[in-house]
Amino acid sequence: MKLALLADIHANLEALAACLAHAGEQGAERHAFLGDLVGYGADPAAVVDLVQAHASRGAIVVRGNHDQAALEGESETMNQAAEQAIAWTRARLSDGQRAFLSGLPLLAREGDMVFVHASADAPSRWIYVSDPLRAAHSLEAAAGASYVFSGHVHEPVLYFTGQAARPVAFRPVPGVPIPVSPRRRWLAIVGAAGQPRDGNTAACYALLDTERATLTFQRVPYDWQAAAAKVRAAGLPVRLARRLAQGE
Amino acid sequence: MAGELPVPGAVIDGFRVGERIHSGGMGVIYRVSGPDAGFPMIMKIPRLGPGEPGEAVVTFEVERMVLQALRGPHVPRFVAAGDLADQPYLVMEWVEGRSLSEWVGKGPLATGEVVRLGSALATAVHALHLQEAIHLDVKPSNVILRPGGEAVLIDFGLAHHGHYPDLLAEEFRRPMGSAPYISPEQVVGIRNDPRSDVFSLGAVLYELATGEMPYGAPMTPSGLRSRLWRDPLPPRALVPSVPEWLQEIVLHCLEADPDERYASAAQVAFDLGHPDQVALTDRGRRRRRTGLGARLLRRVRAAGYEHRSLLRPGARVAAAPIVLAAIATQHTNEARNEALRAAVRKLVAPGEQTRLACVTVIRPATELVAADRDKAATSQRIKHLVLLRHWAESLKLPPGQVSYHVIEASDPAAALLEYARQNQVDHLVIGAPPRDVTLGGLLGTVSTKVSADAPCTVTVVRARS
Repeated sequence: MKLALLADIHANLEALAACLAHAGEQGAERHAFLGDLVGYGADPAAVVDLVQAHASRGAIVVRGNHDQAALEGESETMNQAAEQAIAWTRARLSDGQRAFLSGLPLLAREGDMVFVHASADAPSRWIYVSDPLRAAHSLEAAAGASYVFSGHVHEPVLYFTGQAARPVAFRPVPGVPIPVSPRRRWLAIVGAAGQPRDGNTAACYALLDTERATLTFQRVPYDWQAAAAKVRAAGLPVRLARRLAQGE
Repeated sequence: MAGELPVPGAVIDGFRVGERIHSGGMGVIYRVSGPDAGFPMIMKIPRLGPGEPGEAVVTFEVERMVLQALRGPHVPRFVAAGDLADQPYLVMEWVEGRSLSEWVGKGPLATGEVVRLGSALATAVHALHLQEAIHLDVKPSNVILRPGGEAVLIDFGLAHHGHYPDLLAEEFRRPMGSAPYISPEQVVGIRNDPRSDVFSLGAVLYELATGEMPYGAPMTPSGLRSRLWRDPLPPRALVPSVPEWLQEIVLHCLEADPDERYASAAQVAFDLGHPDQVALTDRGRRRRRTGLGARLLRRVRAAGYEHRSLLRPGARVAAAPIVLAAIATQHTNEARNEALRAAVRKLVAPGEQTRLACVTVIRPATELVAADRDKAATSQRIKHLVLLRHWAESLKLPPGQVSYHVIEASDPAAALLEYARQNQVDHLVIGAPPRDVTLGGLLGTVSTKVSADAPCTVTVVRARS
């Protein structure tokens, strides 16, 4: 079975549609959405509807900090542009869309896989898994699972454990299937679909092939010009449009 | 996890286990027959039983991952693999030929033999680097020479591949690899620099040329570390018949600092193939180890040895290409020469890792009508060599970065293509004929033939005048 893993869509409908189409061509049969469906981008309602449709067909969906903020109000950790985007987003979600977001779990588990937006270690604290130590904490909290799939940090990274005390970080090469034996433990940050930040404008997602035990990180060029134009037209902070153009 | 080894006659996933041909610390190797692959096969089974080293598991995983990703004549062809969960095994091509260790025992070898074996090994190592892989355990027993002379690298248990997580990174505290051959940076745990293989290649060349190992076979960590600052005895001090240019090449590979080494194995092969073009420095001439000052300097540098490059192996090798400029020295055409220089200037900047080979093809002496053929041939060669040097002068490239080659051949296109293949040229720059030469276009010019069949990128330059 091929499972498409998407994180940090951030209301970027163009990026989401491009990733879903790419995953479809690659033979993805299931999807997991790793949080932050909204925030930053100009299409929160359409993105939530699309993800909800996938959820009704069995997709895994977990809540991110921006989803939470859109329900409850600003989070103290957010910068000004993010806060403005959240305020704008809140006014554009219907009751049904809000209900869907509030019904999402912070962490989902299926077999030897754990899905969480930030760290499996205290998911509601939105810890950035940005180094091997934090990856170790997340993996410890997900005891028994061979795979932890997350987002929150927008750059794709694969952490893996061996006999050494700490996991080792690996920067994946797009399109290369990486053997991920369930004998080891892996923490994959799949990269942001809707707001890449590594200098490459292409949307990120990852594809897990459960039969072959391989994980492929993908980069999908999408129409960021259209997404950025919508951000500007919506009156959202210009900086958020510029980020899409620069991929950072 | 299975720990038992199969008995001859057993069948694993359709492969019938034959004779056991090797039994080592990490695993056992059998000949196998089975689904016809079109070549003889072996099966490698790791030792995974209780009391066996944990390294066997990881090196098995590494070899399976890396071997599956590699192609070409310089690695054994991958056939099949069994999972660690039930019966771990690797089936691959049984490489016919002789182990390089057979030659090492007979050292010191004649210079011609060192060049032949060394070039074959350097070519194989470079082929690996171009595929993003670093062997990290290059030594005579891991090299097989096919009957045709091609070298094949075997045993990828310690290898690094830029496309895959390095399962051995930070895994084991002590350095991995074979003590007589591993590079100083491997001693301190760095595993992502293709120039580590260039160092090991130098250690093998040293051994072939002198019959001795450059650093002996140290058994202790401090013995291993000493190569970070102590250079080996120059080969000519051991075997005076080793030419200076060969010593230059060997010691250039064995520089403690990777930045001081050859930037690619292809450049080593290039120099081995063109001894007259090797730029001699103190390295080639010295009769004893370097002085205390140089050693102290290295020792200071070694103390702060921690360069963790983010470059992938392929990118590092790509930054050190060999560029061939084909200059038609028989036909003086200043506009074309200048256009060629302008194109080459964009590819080769002074002081960079890029190498420039200036090549001209002239008619063989046998085709010349001359009373004294040898004398005429020599003066012809010198004349064209002078023209080549003059063409390159204004590029202001330091010695060692540029070389000059006069080839005698009646078919210039075929000669250039052969040269590009032999020397693993990455980029060939050649002039187009003037546009009014319609007949040339009709018959197929040298540049069209070269660009159609070249093994590398070709830039065809046309002067706009």
